Formats: sequence, C-alpha cells, structure tokens
Amino acid sequence: MDALILSRIQFGANISFHILFPTITIALGWVLLFFRLRYNRTGDDGWLQAYRFWVKIFALSFAMGVVSGITMSFQFGTNWPGFMETVGNIAGPLLAYEVMTAFFLEAVFLGIMLFGLSRVPGWLHTLSTFLVAFGTTMSAFWILALNSWMHTPAGFEMRDGVAHATDWMAIIFNPSMPYRLAHMLLASGLTVAFLIAGISAFRWLIGDRSAGLRRTLKTGLVMGAVLIPVQIAAGDMHGLNTLEHQPQKVAAMEGNWETRGNVPLLLFAVPDEEARENRFEIGIPNGASLILKHHADGVVPGLNDFVAADGTPEHPPVAPVFYSFRIMVGTGMAMLLLSWAAIAVMWRRGGVEGLPRPLLLALVPMAFSGWVATLAGWYTTEIGRQPWLVQGVLTTKKAVADVPAPMVGTSLAAYLAIYAVLLAAYIGVLFYLARKAARGEDLKRPRPRSAEAIAIQTPAE
Amino acid sequence: MYLFGDPATWLPVAFATLMGLSILIYVVLDGFDLGVGVLFPFAEAEEKDRMIASIGPFWDANETWLVLAIGILLVAFPTAHGEILTALYLPVAVMLIGLILRGVAFEFRAKAPAHWKQTWNRAFLAGSLMTALSQGYMLGIYIMGLEITLLTVGFAILTALFLTIAYSFIGAAWLILKTEGALQAKAVQWARGGIFGVVLGLGAVSLASPLVSARIFEKWFSVPEVFLLAPLPLFSVALVAVLWAVLRRLPTRDDSFAWVPFVAAVSLFVLGFFGMAYSFYPYVVPEKLTIYEAASAPESLFIILVGTCFVLPMILGYTVLAYTVFRGKATALSYD
Ligand code: HDD
Ligand code: HEM
Ligand code: HEM
Repeated sequence: MDALILSRIQFGANISFHILFPTITIALGWVLLFFRLRYNRTGDDGWLQAYRFWVKIFALSFAMGVVSGITMSFQFGTNWPGFMETVGNIAGPLLAYEVMTAFFLEAVFLGIMLFGLSRVPGWLHTLSTFLVAFGTTMSAFWILALNSWMHTPAGFEMRDGVAHATDWMAIIFNPSMPYRLAHMLLASGLTVAFLIAGISAFRWLIGDRSAGLRRTLKTGLVMGAVLIPVQIAAGDMHGLNTLEHQPQKVAAMEGNWETRGNVPLLLFAVPDEEARENRFEIGIPNGASLILKHHADGVVPGLNDFVAADGTPEHPPVAPVFYSFRIMVGTGMAMLLLSWAAIAVMWRRGGVEGLPRPLLLALVPMAFSGWVATLAGWYTTEIGRQPWLVQGVLTTKKAVADVPAPMVGTSLAAYLAIYAVLLAAYIGVLFYLARKAARGEDLKRPRPRSAEAIAIQTPAE
Repeated sequence: MYLFGDPATWLPVAFATLMGLSILIYVVLDGFDLGVGVLFPFAEAEEKDRMIASIGPFWDANETWLVLAIGILLVAFPTAHGEILTALYLPVAVMLIGLILRGVAFEFRAKAPAHWKQTWNRAFLAGSLMTALSQGYMLGIYIMGLEITLLTVGFAILTALFLTIAYSFIGAAWLILKTEGALQAKAVQWARGGIFGVVLGLGAVSLASPLVSARIFEKWFSVPEVFLLAPLPLFSVALVAVLWAVLRRLPTRDDSFAWVPFVAAVSLFVLGFFGMAYSFYPYVVPEKLTIYEAASAPESLFIILVGTCFVLPMILGYTVLAYTVFRGKATALSYD
C-alpha cells in the first residue's frame, strides 16, 4: 500500500475515533447543566444522583476527546502538508479561533467544574458548567465552519495556486455550514439521548429503581423522541443543499447511475462500479424524485454526468457512500420507532414503571446507535467529497505528505491498537459504573445538605 | 495593518513571539505534569493519589498550550509546519501515543474496577515517559538542524534523557509546593537528584548549538554580544546555587520557602528558553527557512492577531483564576 492510502486510512481512523467523544460531550454538557439547574430549583435528590452519575461519564469522555483531538491537530502537518500550503490562509484562522475561543475555555473551566464545587461559590460552579458546555459547542461551530468550507468553498480567490480570503463572513457562513452545524448538533443530542436511555434501561433491567434512574430514563427517552423528527427534517434539508452544491455526492448516495426522472428511492441495492449499474435493487417507485424534486417525474442528476471524456470517473466511489447513507437513515428510523413507542407506552401506562421488558432490552444496544449514525453520516459526507479534499480546489492526492509508507504503516498500526484497547476500556467502564450505581453504592454516601456538597463527594471524577 | 510599518516584517515576528511564548508556557506547565508522572514509580499508592490530585484540575488546560503552539506553527508558518513535522514523523507519533495514554489514565485509574488501577498507573507512567523522552529527542534533532545521522541521533538521545530529568525536577519542585509530610520530604530528595540532570542538560545544549552552527557561534561569541549576553549564564549559575542551598534546608517546619524551588525551576526554564530563542532567530527550520520566508499571507495573520489581542488576556485571566481556586496543598482524593 502506498503512503496516500495509508495516510487516508490513518486520518479516517483518527478522526472517526475523535468524533465519538465530542459527539457525547457537546450535548452531555448541556444535559448536565439541566440536571444541575433542576436540582438547584427543586432540591430533589433524584436530580443530584443523575448529575453525579453522568458527570463521571462526561469527565471520561472529555479526556478521550482531548487526547484524540491533540492527535488530530498534528495530523495536518504530518500527513497532509499540502492542505495547509494551499488553503492554510483560510483553514488557519478558523482553527486558531477554535483553539482560542473554545479549547482554553473548556479545558480551564472543566477543572473547576469537576473539582471545584466545594471550593467556589455555587454560582461560579454553575457558570463553569455552562462555560464548558458553551465551549464544546463553540468547538463544533468553528470546526464545522472549516469542514463545510471544504465541501462548499466560498469567499476566497486563488492567487498562484494558493487560496486567499476575500470575505470572512462568506467563508464562515458558507452555503452548507448552517445545515451541517444543525445536523451535527442534533446528532450529538440524539447520541446522548440514546446513550442515557440505553444505560438507564440497563440499570433498570438489573434491578435499579432509584429516583435518579427514573429521572434519567425519562429524560433520555423524551429527549430522543423530541429530537429525532427534527433531525430527519434537518437531514432532508441538508440533502437538498448538497444536491445544489455537490450533485455527484447525492447521485452516489442515491445510487443513481443515469440522469433521469421518476427515480426510485432505493431501500437496498448492490452498486457495481465496473458495470456502472445496481444489482438486486429494491426501491419505492419515484421516491427519490419525490424527495429531491418534490414531484414524481423530477429529474435527478446521475453519476453519468460526472465522467471525463476518456471514461475515467470524476465522482466519488459509489458503494461506501451508498451504504453508509443507508446505515445512517436506517438508524434514524430505528430511533424514531423506539423512542416514540416508549413515549406512547409511558403515556398510557403511567411513566417509566410501565415500560415492558422487550422495549428495555431493545434500548440497551441503542445506547450506541448515535455513534453508528454519526460515523455513517460522516463517511457519507467525507467519502462523497472524494476525489476532492476541498471541493473543486484541491484533490486529496495533491495534499498528501511525502512520508515513506512503512513509517505511516507503523504509526497507523500503533494508533489502531491503542484505539481498540481504549474503546473496549471505555465501554467496559461505562457498564461497570452502571452496575456499581445499580448496586446503590452511590447512595450509601452521606446525604449532601446543599448543592455545594456535590463536589465534596465526587472529587476527581 | 500598516500602523507599525510593513506587515510582512512585523507580523512574522509577532507570531514567532506568540509561538515561542506558548511553547515556553507549555514546557513549564505540562513539564511539571509530566515530571509528576515520571516520578510515579518512586511513590506509595496513597502518595500517588495525592500526586494526581495536585495536577488533576490543571493538566488539560496545560496541554492546550501545546495545541496553541502547534496551531500557530500551522497557521502562521505552514511550510515550516509541514517540513518540521514530516521530518519528526515517528517521534511525534510516539509523543501523541504517550499523551493519549497519560491523558486517559487520569480518568481510568479512578473509575475502572479496582483491580485495573495498577495497570492504569503503569499507563500513566509509560505515557508521561514516552511524552517527555520524545519531546527531548525532538528538541535534540531540531537543534541539530533536523538532520538524521548517527551523531545527531546520539545527541538527541542525550537531550531526551536530560529533558526528562528536567521535567521530573520541575515536577518535584511542584510537589514540594503542593504537598506536605512524608511526600513533601520525598519530593525534596527527588529534586536534589534532578538538579544535576538540569545542569548537565543546560550545559549540553549551550555547548552543542554553537558548535553545530557557525552562525550561532557568531551570535554568542562576538564582541559586544558576549558581554551583553553574559548575565544569562551568570544568572543561571546563581539560580542553581540558590536551589542547592534551599533544597538542603527543605522541608522547613513552618513550610516557609516551599515555593522557592518551583519559582527557581521556572526561572531556569525561562532563561534556557530565551537562550535558545536567541540562537535560532530568525530561523524556524534551523539554517533553512526563516520566519519571514515561511509566513502565510498577512491578511490572514492579521485576522488571527486581532482575535488574539482580545482572547489571550482572557485566557490568561481565567487560567490565573483556576490556579487561585486550587491554590494550597493538594489533599488526598476520596474515590468511591
Ligand atoms: C445521530 C446521528 C444522525 C442521524 C439519526 C441522521 N444523521 Fe444525517 N448525518 C449525521 C448524523 C445523523 C452527521 C454525523 O452529523 C452528518 C455527517 C456530516 C454532517 O454534517 O452530519 C450527517 C450527514 C448527512 C447528510 C450528508 C450531508 C452532506 O452531503 O455533506 C445527509 C444528506 C443526511 N445526513 C441526511 C439525513 C437524513 C435524511 C436522516 C434521516 C433519518 C439523517 N441524516 C439521520
Ligand atoms: C468528525 C467527523 C469526521 C469523520 C468521521 C471524517 C471521516 C473522514 C474519512 C473516513 C475520510 C476519508 C475519505 C476517503 O479517503 O475516501 C476523511 C477525509 C478527510 N476529512 Fe474527514 N471526517 C470528519 C470530519 C472532518 C473534519 C471536521 C475535517 C476538517 C476540518 C475533515 C477533514 C478531512 C480531510 C483533510 C480528509 C482527507 C483525507 C481523505 O480524503 O482521505 N474531516 N474524513
Ligand atoms: C480535523 C479536525 C479536528 C481537529 C484538528 C480537532 C482538534 C481537537 C483538539 C486538539 C481537541 C482538544 C482540545 C482540548 O485540549 O481541550 C479537540 C476537542 C474537541 N473537538 Fe475536535 N478536532 C477535529 C474535529 C472535530 C469535529 C468534527 C468536532 C465536532 C463536530 C469536534 C469537536 C470537538 C469538541 C466539542 C471538543 C471538546 C472536548 C471534547 O473532547 O469533548 N472536533 N478537538
């Protein structure tokens, strides 16, 4: 294998690992703020238990996000020097603003949030929790502005092969940015909603009936049920935006080889790049035309529009885009089904008490459904942009570093091994903490008298 | 932009200064975190918990200075960034894996089942060691002009050892400041052991850089520079003497002077850093690429600088806040 493919695998592996944890921390920060405010308001112990349990998972996820993020910031230089040399004038300031306005904010106030409750006044601790949540969201804002610019570049001009900024507002709020940001923030919310619901269902199944658990199970399910329809609508709008700016990506997502009307919505197919057609198609007649053009005979661009005169394809590889898109949407549908079923049952049978066992069992694996959908979504987006790194400006091939392949191979193997171990340890600890909480070990500790007391009991975690 | 003359000359200087500053802050702050990690095997189980508690609230923010430094290198001097990082590909990978192990071990050792704690303690040590050693190695290769030969690698192995000892020295100084009792007494012993490493390391770097580069020799040993610069080494010698005297008397009964080793260690790091910065200016890639040649477009740098002027004071402000909130002796952690 050459350095290009290895570098791509390495970058893909690193960012895939990284995104798992910010996806959790972005929304979990806000959920913790919610738990804390509820406790401040009601003095109800359940909310305190909820806060105490989930702040541990937050701290753990945060550490995982930080260390993998640091790896990310070195990757640009070690593996993609051509990226910064060509578009550094645009990517640079966006990354710099992320570090300055988001990373420091999170990192400093995280210390106060985790360890400071007994040392600072209550308002400063609540403020710190808020600033950490705000910081993670700012992070997402800047990095998605950059990533979206790579998909739909705007506000720049090329001089001697180097991009120069002409309009910063156009760069930051580039055409796909609002859609991608909204979709990603919602994805984060959903990931956390199902993580909370899933872990809570697990605790319930092993016999935990604490007040804190009732609060979190309900919070997770309601949050999921509210966000998923919004996410589906946002995803639809995102797709329409992509149709406008990157039609070749949508053609690959739909597995549509010919530009034509009455295109079916494929539920399943096996795209064949050699024959340039699909096998084993199962689809809804006219579905894709209806979704993308809002009438049955709407003309949808096909992959045949993106082939050079000599027959070499200039569109992304079809199969990975096609499959990952279906995995994402499929997971979204499963989320819709489950969360609404749970809400309906709770409505009719008096709250979490009435949830039937099979439903709870189904919720446990759904704890990680957010990860699956998020990764699948990113693969759709990123692979769908190939062969471009920055759409129409820079190809991936041109940006790769001139590092000997064995070197990339070695570091890649080391990263993969360590990521596998860490992921196993992370999930293991998640369930270990859940079992420990279910045994009531959190409850044996003395009752706190005020919000101030939370930290005295959970220092360092 | 034109207020201070031609932006193509003053912007690169401004960014080189910013980058140097964040590297310096990083080396001092994460230096003591890493040093505490390197000292881990010498401590008892309960002491380990207190050592972790003394850096727990800070390490994340400390590490962020590295992200800022590498970010500035990336955005302000993109060509140099590519050149340096591809030349240092493997040590960078080792450092990153070290940082990963160290960072996650903080959390896992407290949350994983008890029988795993020992494993995560080892991961913490391994991560700290890997990070410190690879940073020292990179420093050595950088001083040697990013050339890889038997000689330069040999020198880099030396700097790797010395930087690791220097980190453990500042780590011990930090523990003297933040702990009490038996652990504090131990830390004094560790610091006494480390001080030789610091002296040797500073000496090695100060001798090697002028010997490798005639230009650097010229910068230090011509008249009048040699006299103007004399305070730098003299001051360092004085600091070492003070350190030696204080370490012999510590720990005192009323804990007076516990802050001296840390402050002196920081001052030594600062002096050493200024010496290096003076040697290498105006190059980012030694003897190959100056900051002026490597700088990106002035418009983009200016946009960042404007932001920096607002944000950096705020960052410094809340960093001070954090250190004030967690001032005083670190107490043992109570895990559940
Ligand atoms: C919980 C996560 C999640 C769920 C349930 C969904 N998505 Fe999604 N999707 C993402 C998480 C995500 C993501 C990870 O956040 C992506 C990758 C890049 C981005 O901005 O969002 C994404 C990308 C993405 C794209 C590609 C955008 C591009 O071209 O760059 C489209 C068209 C959709 N989504 C559409 C949908 C639809 C129609 C869904 C209906 C069920 C849906 N998504 C559910
Ligand atoms: C966070 C979630 C993300 C995931 C899971 C992800 C995943 C991927 C994957 C799988 C590739 C490889 C595509 C291929 O080789 O066919 C890729 C490419 C790339 N992505 Fe992303 N990406 C993410 C976000 C980002 C962001 C935020 C940026 C930039 C700021 C980015 C920059 C790149 C670059 C530079 C490449 C080039 C390598 C390549 O095309 O192979 N990605 N990404
Ligand atoms: C190539 C792309 C990326 C790079 C270079 C990068 C870099 C980093 C770094 C260095 C950190 C650690 C900050 C600290 O020290 O506190 C971090 C954390 C974070 N990143 Fe990324 N990142 C990338 C992609 C993304 C994406 C796609 C998102 C979200 C959409 C994201 C969101 C976050 C968030 C919220 C954090 C904060 C804390 C946490 O880890 O949970 N990043 N990132």
